[in-house]
Amino acid sequence: MPSQFLSQPSPDASLPDENGRFGEFGGRFVPETLVAALDQLEDEYRKSQDDPGFQAELDVLLRDFVGRPSPLYFARRLTEKCGGAQIWFKREDLNHTGAHKINSTLGQALLTMRMGKSRVIAETGAGQHGVATATACAHFGLPCVVYMGEEDIRRQQPNVQSMKMLGAEICPVTTGSRTLRDAVNQAMRDWMSSVKETHYILGSVVGPHPFPLIVRDFQSVIGRETIKQSEERFGRLPDAVVACVGGGSNAAGMFFPFVAETDVPLIGVEAGGENDQPGRHASSLTFGRPGVLHGSFSYVLQDEDGQTDDVHSASAGLDYPGVGPEHSHWKTTGRVEYRSCRDDEALAAFDSVARLEGILPALESSHAIAKAMEVAGERRNDEIVVVCLSGRGDKDASEIQRLKEGGK
Amino acid sequence: MSAIDDLFKRLKADGLKAFMPFVTAGDPNLAFTAKMISRLDAEGCQLAELGIPYSDPIADGPVIQASYTRALNEGTRLKDIFATVSAVTAEIRMPIVTMVSYAIIFRLGIDEYLKQAQAAGIAGAIVPDLPVDESAELAAKCKTRDFSLIQLITPTTPRKRAIEIARNTTGFIYYVSITGITGERTELPGDLVENLKWLREQTDLPICVGFGISTPEQAVVLKPVCDGMIVGSAIVRRIARATTDYTDPAKVMDDVGDFAKAMLAAING
Repeated sequence: MPSQFLSQPSPDASLPDENGRFGEFGGRFVPETLVAALDQLEDEYRKSQDDPGFQAELDVLLRDFVGRPSPLYFARRLTEKCGGAQIWFKREDLNHTGAHKINSTLGQALLTMRMGKSRVIAETGAGQHGVATATACAHFGLPCVVYMGEEDIRRQQPNVQSMKMLGAEICPVTTGSRTLRDAVNQAMRDWMSSVKETHYILGSVVGPHPFPLIVRDFQSVIGRETIKQSEERFGRLPDAVVACVGGGSNAAGMFFPFVAETDVPLIGVEAGGENDQPGRHASSLTFGRPGVLHGSFSYVLQDEDGQTDDVHSASAGLDYPGVGPEHSHWKTTGRVEYRSCRDDEALAAFDSVARLEGILPALESSHAIAKAMEVAGERRNDEIVVVCLSGRGDKDASEIQRLKEGGK
Repeated sequence: MSAIDDLFKRLKADGLKAFMPFVTAGDPNLAFTAKMISRLDAEGCQLAELGIPYSDPIADGPVIQASYTRALNEGTRLKDIFATVSAVTAEIRMPIVTMVSYAIIFRLGIDEYLKQAQAAGIAGAIVPDLPVDESAELAAKCKTRDFSLIQLITPTTPRKRAIEIARNTTGFIYYVSITGITGERTELPGDLVENLKWLREQTDLPICVGFGISTPEQAVVLKPVCDGMIVGSAIVRRIARATTDYTDPAKVMDDVGDFAKAMLAAING
């Protein structure tokens, strides 16, 4: 019986190429020390894809531990408010741990054990990936260290508490802007020293090859389920699909199975922050240029010297100056349209969904919802817009309250 | 023949090894960097490695990271670094190579970077985030300009790959002594000497060892199995005192100068 949740051959499955490139983007811009570990990871990942035992084990976990498939939900009152196309939520917020991140951390934890590695490290911004990694590690009995910027520790306290309760060690990162980018740096540095016995469970479709491939594939369950559910519910595919993009993992997982369905417009939503000025947003694809950051060639926000810009987003998970290389490829080919959503638009969308649907969406997902509401408003009421509700917003409650009170 | 090839040829003829101090450009400011380089040349250092400050260095430990942050906070820009180096190289004997992230080279453009670096009198580049698999374009362009592209081999590099890296290297091979980031270590790996002996048999290129080396005692152990040694954090840590302990930068330069003397004595004494 074919796997219910894992990668099926896709028409665009040829990317990345053997050099880890999506078109011109991607590759491996890392210290030599890490190259052997990346080769080992790629090798083990390819083997796991040919191993029915691996697929079966992950399938059972995704069903019984995560609670997949996640529902496709009709947001009736939100649709009425927007007065256009029907808005449907792909409910990744209902996964165990409250976000899509668990789809990838379970797969990567299995790979960790297959490689004979005995320790896991991870970076986290919003803390969703940290919680999902700590959860997978608790489940398998692996020691887990999570790097998290001090600023993110402040604004995502509930997730910090969860990680600790799950037995993970939290390493606060105090360098740079003390956010996601600095957490990635610090995790990479740990890995430089610990690479022989440690696997780095990267949280997004960023970083050196094969991470963008592996994370996308594990997250593609989102898009595959959405296609299946759309066919069952509507007898056809949606008329547009929307997802938020920080590093871009939920969007890559949602979009990848749709890439070959060229009639379906795909819309990625970046964090527009406060305004378009450098340092006040985190829209790498909208305002950045191709360059190198964190091991990959992709769109990045940098100055003229190649120094990474400071970025801003109310949402810790989108507060990142780079983006996954496959998104850069999709931008270049035009397959995905990328828009930018401001902090205040995301907060307004959060309020609408809370009051009209009884759902607290993550601030990250609220960016996607804000633009999905726009897209729906431009379309006929027999059309269908699916938005990836990538995570739940309980973690954001106190930060949203703080922002509403003036943000100090 | 590049300045680096020429240097190692002379050292070999004289039975000497290279001591290569690392300093961060712009830490605490470029005027200091210029004087520090001149001082290290005057002490007899054979080669200097100049760190181009970068916002997101993955291979560097806390000491060098902090120096990059200080330099960037000081407003150090690439064009100012090249201008400073240009003035210094005219007056010193030792060649200078830069440790520079590929993020910086790519942003300026490979051709433009090489043009400006060479015009400033820089002899080569170490690009710590550009493994050999991604280096073809830069390596080809360095070759036409006779600009050395120093590639790194590490303890995690499989032996077959090490040979491949050596084949694609010019100037010298940078052997990373430890599996980890830059920073002083009290103990170096037990198999380091064996690994260097093995590498010596695979290539005619000079082999320099870096990461973790910080004392004359370590230099004595390593000198029979390499052609040079690179010391970074032990120097940058001393330079950091210019912004904390000392009001007189000359004291810092004396401190670093004395350290360089001790290392040179251990390496070539």
